[in-house]
Amino acid sequence: MNNYLDPYRDTGLLHLWAERLQKYQGKPLKLMEVCGTHTMAIARYGIRTLLPERIRLVSGPGCPVCVTPSYYINSAVALARRPETIVATFGDLMRIPGDEGSLLEAKSLGADIRVLYSPLDALKIARDNPERQVVLLSVGFETTTPIFALAIDKASQEGLNNFTVLSANKTMPEVLKVLAGDPTVGIDGYLYPGHVSAIIGTRFYEELAEKYGVPGVVAGFEPLDILTAVAALSEICNEGRHTVRNLYTRVVKPEGNPRAVQAMERVFEPADAVWRGIGRISGSGLAIREEYARYDAWKVFDLQIGEYSEPEGCRCGEILKGTKSPGDCPLFGTRCVPENPVGACMVSSEGTCAAHYKYGGIR
Amino acid sequence: MTERITLAHGSGGKLTHQLIGRIFYPHFANDILQTGDDAAKLPVPAGTLAYTTDSFVITPLFFKGGDIGKLSVCGTVNDLATSGARPLALSCGFIIEEGFEISRLERIVSSMAETARSCGVRIVTGDTKVVPKGAADQLFINTSGIGIIPDGCHISASRAKPGDVVIVTGMIGDHGAAILLEREELHIAADIASDCAPLHYLVARVLADVPDIHVLRDPTRGGLASTLHEIALQSDTGILIWEKDIPVRPEVQGICELLGMDPLYLANEGKMVMVVPQENAGKVMEILQSDPLGKDSRIIGQVIREPAKRVLLETVTGAKRIVEMMTGDQLPRIC
Amino acid sequence: MCLAVPGKVTEIKGKTAIVEIMGVLREASLELLEDVKVGDYVILHAGCAIEKLDEAEALKTIELFKELKDIYHE
Repeated sequence: MNNYLDPYRDTGLLHLWAERLQKYQGKPLKLMEVCGTHTMAIARYGIRTLLPERIRLVSGPGCPVCVTPSYYINSAVALARRPETIVATFGDLMRIPGDEGSLLEAKSLGADIRVLYSPLDALKIARDNPERQVVLLSVGFETTTPIFALAIDKASQEGLNNFTVLSANKTMPEVLKVLAGDPTVGIDGYLYPGHVSAIIGTRFYEELAEKYGVPGVVAGFEPLDILTAVAALSEICNEGRHTVRNLYTRVVKPEGNPRAVQAMERVFEPADAVWRGIGRISGSGLAIREEYARYDAWKVFDLQIGEYSEPEGCRCGEILKGTKSPGDCPLFGTRCVPENPVGACMVSSEGTCAAHYKYGGIR
Repeated sequence: MTERITLAHGSGGKLTHQLIGRIFYPHFANDILQTGDDAAKLPVPAGTLAYTTDSFVITPLFFKGGDIGKLSVCGTVNDLATSGARPLALSCGFIIEEGFEISRLERIVSSMAETARSCGVRIVTGDTKVVPKGAADQLFINTSGIGIIPDGCHISASRAKPGDVVIVTGMIGDHGAAILLEREELHIAADIASDCAPLHYLVARVLADVPDIHVLRDPTRGGLASTLHEIALQSDTGILIWEKDIPVRPEVQGICELLGMDPLYLANEGKMVMVVPQENAGKVMEILQSDPLGKDSRIIGQVIREPAKRVLLETVTGAKRIVEMMTGDQLPRIC
Repeated sequence: MCLAVPGKVTEIKGKTAIVEIMGVLREASLELLEDVKVGDYVILHAGCAIEKLDEAEALKTIELFKELKDIYHE
């Protein structure tokens, strides 16, 4: 078995922590996690049912697939429909509905769409199919973006001429600032994403804590990581301290991974981005730099970025900000279900509403 | 004989007869089949007839641990076994895509024959059709099977009762994981093979000593989770399973960690779920664990009264959560 | 967005490694890291090693988690 997973899933220790958390007597707290993988882990292990009533753990906009506007899928589907195109994508994007259906539906109608585990594997598809156009779908935060950057860089070094990337990558700092600075959101503390932090380090979180008074704990993804992080964060919040604590030191260093950041910055530059459910946040996105324009599918295929609006009745914006819960949305579980998602929070299996629907806690 | 299947092989004429004579009869060899009548005639012992049908469309056709032929025999035999039946005979219909290599067909037929022999069943009737290129994905196999249910044996997915124990006869997810690895675009390697196996002898051994079994089901498509859902729905009870007790091979666990997938939804082709009255659980486990096909059996949960029609999982944290029904095949995820 | 697992480096060829997770093998790029040796543990994400797993810190963390439980939420 894996020695670096099992100790963090130790049933005995987990039960003891769960008991401890129940004893919390401090002030009521609203804590926010901002990572789709945290959302999934929390739902999968039933973490919320272990928390006392006073500690509310909400899911913020941490699912990069959920916050990608539907025009992205429309462009991907349109490209997939061209007979000469091979679309390479993570599985996460396959079921997201666009105006003309999802990638999965396009595939069932004959489009050549391949699910990959790594962006780097797309290069092999391009090399093996010189007469086809390979379009790699690139969605993600700072954990994944350096890897897309590597892929583009390699393509450039090899002089591949049948490989492009359709990018909608985003970064965390700006949205964290927006939420921390919004009094209606009222976050007491952040549970920070362990793997994004492994790349960008923890200094930015300290700035946030200082400037906005919102403390945080950097957490790993095993159940023990999450429980201890929630406990530590509630202690810090309760004591009114504006500090950041790293509880994922086995992976996260304060300076992060500068090489990964450099790789990312070599290929991508900051740009404005639209977050489905929230709207435009300046400087929160990434665009492929001009030097790599021949690998930028938006430019190579001259794709139009569509207009974007929220569906009627959808409460995703408020759910992503943690001001409403899935149950507060009139569409949840009725018009909006995993098989037929209406808004951002239901589209990905790690979206707040999807995780809530799928795993629904039993008290 | 031509190297590849052509439309003429399916038209009922000379080539069809050649194909049957050179491939199907020699491998499936038995008197009933080789009378060459359109319907098989066999004496039916007394008892209740169990009757099942299944179709097999798997790709790739050959995989670690088996092939579509072996799968079709095991799958049919196992379906019969879930009602406690002793399998008697199978039918098989082939739908072959024009251009299919005859040598591959022979490999598959040979595998079916070998599997059938090891199961003590005969393939007594069959059919062959050929469709134009593109109208089928290489080869589809349809089977049906008959068996005899012994008197007094009442096994059904509707018979689970609160207090019953839920047992699985071994590690889950092997077949689903093995097929996933055959998808070369994931570029992942592991020593995992399909668990494809016939379970009717194992079931017979259990029933011989413990006739009072409430439910038998094989968790194929949709995995353990889907099967438990079927049982919960048909019995109008709930089922609670304990995460720490669900047996999963480390390699299957590794794949699931890597790809963000859940072994509960991965297919199995050589496992049974058994729901047995609590007082019989010990004896059933003893018999299972003494058999090579059941040596990794585990008690994984119990049947509960409420919430009815739901499957609950107690996670390693002690918290309980709902196990949802699968909606579409699992896809690897990176987020 | 951060599905990544700890795996052991079993082989290195230039800037690529074979990483093993519970018997499962996958090729991974080492281009985002320096000084990786066979036997090291790395965090594997989307076919790339994004960080080394600090084994000493891992042990310390478990001990810390055990201690903290006695301190918090008294």
